[in-house]
Amino acid sequence: MKVELHHIHKHFGNVHANDDVSLTVEAGTIHGLLGENGAGKSTLVKILSGFITRDSGEIILDGRPAHIQSPADALRYGIGMLHQDPLDFPPLTVVENFMAGSLATPALLNARAAERTFSALCRQFNFDIDPQARVGDLTVGERQQLEIVRLLANGAGTLILDEPTTGISASQKTLLFDALRRLAREGKSIIFVSHKLEDVEELCDCVTVMRRGRVVGELTLRDTPTKRAADGQPAGKHVNVAARIVEMMFGKELAMPVKPATHQDEVILTLDGLILRNDRLEMSIEHLSVQRGEVIGIAGLEGSGQQLFLLTCAGLERPAGGSIRVGERDLTHKPYADFVKAGVCYLPADRLRDGLISGLTIQEHVALRMSGKGIFIDRAAAAKEAERAIATFNIRGQPDTTVERLSGGNQQRTQLALMPSPLNVLLMEHPTRGLDIESTLWVWQQLIARCNQGTAIVFASSDLDEIVQYSDRVIVFSGGRISPPIAASELTADSLGHMIGGRF
Amino acid sequence: MTTPARIAGLPPAFYRVGAFVISLIFIALIVLISGASPVTVIGSMVGGAFGNADQIGRVIATLSPLLLCAAGLVYTFNAGLYNLGVEGQITFGAIAATWLLRVVYPEGATASLLPPPLAIALAIVVGGIGGVLWGLLAGALHVYGRISEIFAGLGLNFAATGIAIYLIFGPWKRPGVASLSGTQPFDESLWLGTFGNTEATPVALGLGLLALAFTIIVMRNTYFGLRLRAVGRNLRAAYVLGVPARRQLLSAFFICGLFAGVAGALQVVGMFHRLIPNISSNLGFLGLLVVMLVNFDPLWILPVAFFFSALNIGSLQLPLSFGLESSLAGVIQGLLVLFALIGHGLAQKYGRKPGE
Repeated sequence: MKVELHHIHKHFGNVHANDDVSLTVEAGTIHGLLGENGAGKSTLVKILSGFITRDSGEIILDGRPAHIQSPADALRYGIGMLHQDPLDFPPLTVVENFMAGSLATPALLNARAAERTFSALCRQFNFDIDPQARVGDLTVGERQQLEIVRLLANGAGTLILDEPTTGISASQKTLLFDALRRLAREGKSIIFVSHKLEDVEELCDCVTVMRRGRVVGELTLRDTPTKRAADGQPAGKHVNVAARIVEMMFGKELAMPVKPATHQDEVILTLDGLILRNDRLEMSIEHLSVQRGEVIGIAGLEGSGQQLFLLTCAGLERPAGGSIRVGERDLTHKPYADFVKAGVCYLPADRLRDGLISGLTIQEHVALRMSGKGIFIDRAAAAKEAERAIATFNIRGQPDTTVERLSGGNQQRTQLALMPSPLNVLLMEHPTRGLDIESTLWVWQQLIARCNQGTAIVFASSDLDEIVQYSDRVIVFSGGRISPPIAASELTADSLGHMIGGRF
Repeated sequence: MTTPARIAGLPPAFYRVGAFVISLIFIALIVLISGASPVTVIGSMVGGAFGNADQIGRVIATLSPLLLCAAGLVYTFNAGLYNLGVEGQITFGAIAATWLLRVVYPEGATASLLPPPLAIALAIVVGGIGGVLWGLLAGALHVYGRISEIFAGLGLNFAATGIAIYLIFGPWKRPGVASLSGTQPFDESLWLGTFGNTEATPVALGLGLLALAFTIIVMRNTYFGLRLRAVGRNLRAAYVLGVPARRQLLSAFFICGLFAGVAGALQVVGMFHRLIPNISSNLGFLGLLVVMLVNFDPLWILPVAFFFSALNIGSLQLPLSFGLESSLAGVIQGLLVLFALIGHGLAQKYGRKPGE
């Protein structure tokens, strides 16, 4: 099915999540949709699959306008979406899930007929799933296969896959890609949303890159069968695709480093043979030592494990192996409180979810930090300290302003004001996300002042300019691998693009 | 969603008062439908609650354990916990207190082994410990077992009631005949002293007020209270900011269990003078209502709890004077709570924020 999206707009409050987005996916092609987190690609596919209603714009399917207001509408039009976390019913069996997700609603269920249909479809794609297994016992890859089969049984002509290759094995990935290619040959269209350049390169015919809610570029990776036939040319892979995609995602020229030298000789953070693992990722880092006053920037597509790495260094996640030392202290497998005592501080990206407490005022946050000194709150001291923080950090708010009423920039300033002192290691995600230029400069001024006092900073950012400007050394996370650190001054847009694309 | 401009942006108090007025209108309508005059019904309820010393005594006897439960629930609510297990904590506290009194005054004895005041004091302490055990059990299931505190609490409520009934019909049954009316009443020397001939006891009232005052101070002036609020509003962020979250949660269960257990013990030594199956008299649930109504702020607990106690006692008069169902009181309570919550919700959604 040919899918056309014309001039889609969607606002969430002040955020223009989709700003005049147009996209055409030809029948019989696999179309990659790329972009950083927050680029608007999820919003776009959710609009197409009916989970979100658009503010304006048109959806045209096979030349006819479609009125999609709900997921059920979308499925009736033949659009099926595979979510990153499978939307199924884990306590039920495979065949029960298959029936529960069916558009046909007969008065009586016919489990045997459903099982026959299910097994026949599975055989077509070489999927091997026991129809009587409990879905909760399946792997993510198998649940994905179940979902594909269910959507096809409902007559889907377009499949949308959101990050489908996270958390599945290599053989399942091969199986998945074979199935998708086969579906494309049958004339179905596939929209493949991903962070992973290697997967996109391997699978997709075309890619569309989004950034900040807009389409910033399109690229044909492979000539489609129809076009090939017309041109009489053999299918060819365009060279150096990854670098071009990265360029579109992040922009062309890198900024120049602006940070003064602040590092001292003493090593403050040492990681050895660190192994990081969660249900989606497994990574290891052989050795990293960070000096006092040094700034390490972490580049990479979002979701490549940066957060897991920072949380592990902060003592909020346990490493699967290896050791973490701060100064002379071995903190491996120590509780978070010991990390705090050793002068480690973590500033999360999602300030209101992980960093600040909605409903409490600035002064109460300050008092919370003073907690442990006696039983009764020293209001006078807390008020004085809050006033001082507001003045020093230029927070636009009063001591009794609750934090959720502050703007994003002022929330970040509050987080910075709450940092303990002295501080040995500061771990940050997106230190200046959502801030205007002036605030960004100001925040970094504060951070560099901290470096001069001997704090080492490790931060992740999706803004490559920020990374190159303020880091001493840069490490890149890509597809489950972590690069060795490279001096920021030696980086070029090209080399960084290659590394983010997975070629170290 | 767009807000009708007419009802948005007014002072928050407007919505609360408005909701209260509407609930009164509804109550009047329901009383009219059931065939009585609202004015006389209200008059009779006021009379039922405050008509004579006996009735006032009963109101105070209800208020005292209610204050304890409500004060305890302030901690769990502020820690973001729906401690529905408070009923079980009362019951287990009552069981523990009964156990102690049976030890110091064994069946067939003619006098207490300990001086009665000491025995009563011990019973209250042991009741508190019983409540703490039951509360920490729910807390451990929640914190370490990752079971919703609602289900853990409700499950333990059934368990506590089950244990009480087993004891009443089994090991602790009345000599000769086991009955739902409870165990053999204790010797009068082990009864808590009362105000004159009423049911109200000064000790219970004192403990209730003390618990409430303590709670107000803790929540307003201590780091402990602040940390509790931080954990309740955002567990993750509080933890990242260095608050020992598990310890805070367990402390909330501990204190709530303690207060509820003391309330249970007071029901035994001050009210029923024996263990009965429904020893908690649903005071725990009433406490939940009170604390939700005051929006977890302990300062307002006293008037609201007093109002509910009076409503409960006053409504006992209804069947006598009008032949009306006494369950009408439940309907009245329900309507008041429902509209108060609606008023609170509207005030939060549409009310003018300070500084706007």
